Amino acid sequence: MDSFGSDFSSGAAESGKMDPGTIMEQVKVQIAVANAQELLQRMTDKCFKKCVGKPGGSLDNSEQKCIAMCMDRYMDAWNTVSRAYNSRLQRERARI
Amino acid sequence: MDTQGVTADPQLQQFIEVESQKERFQQLVHQMTDVCWEKCMDKPGPKLDSRTETCFVNCVERFIDTSQFILNRLEQTQRGRGSLSESMSD
Repeated sequence: MDSFGSDFSSGAAESGKMDPGTIMEQVKVQIAVANAQELLQRMTDKCFKKCVGKPGGSLDNSEQKCIAMCMDRYMDAWNTVSRAYNSRLQRERARI
Repeated sequence: MDTQGVTADPQLQQFIEVESQKERFQQLVHQMTDVCWEKCMDKPGPKLDSRTETCFVNCVERFIDTSQFILNRLEQTQRGRGSLSESMSD
């Protein structure tokens, strides 16, 4: 994440102030990265809890298969929640 | 127009508002997926079966209902009794 913060200086060099388009693009990238990191962090937490029992010397085959399936199911769940939340928001707005 | 700095730029203002709203949405999706996973997911299988999917959908709806319920009751409590701590001694 640090490398994204240091890129802000390059846009200011030419004009002394930042081009709004550049700022917006960089902010969008930072937001996307932050969301991906959050997703990965929660997915790792959930799948570790579901798939890894007493930690051994390595992840065995069944644990790896479980984690792979768990990742896909977590994405399915995330998409389901996103759709459901979006529907609810639209319904609430229609009421106003 | 930009002499006061980037916050005076209406294009940036709108961008900030739109992105902030998107981010609030994303954060809630993360939070609800987390909470609903605990309630709805047994052992992860080869696909999300319809019963589990229904559970997630219900979970989202009930989570938002809960949030609204809490806000409404808090508002009622403060209007009627003057403080939350008074009503908590019931």
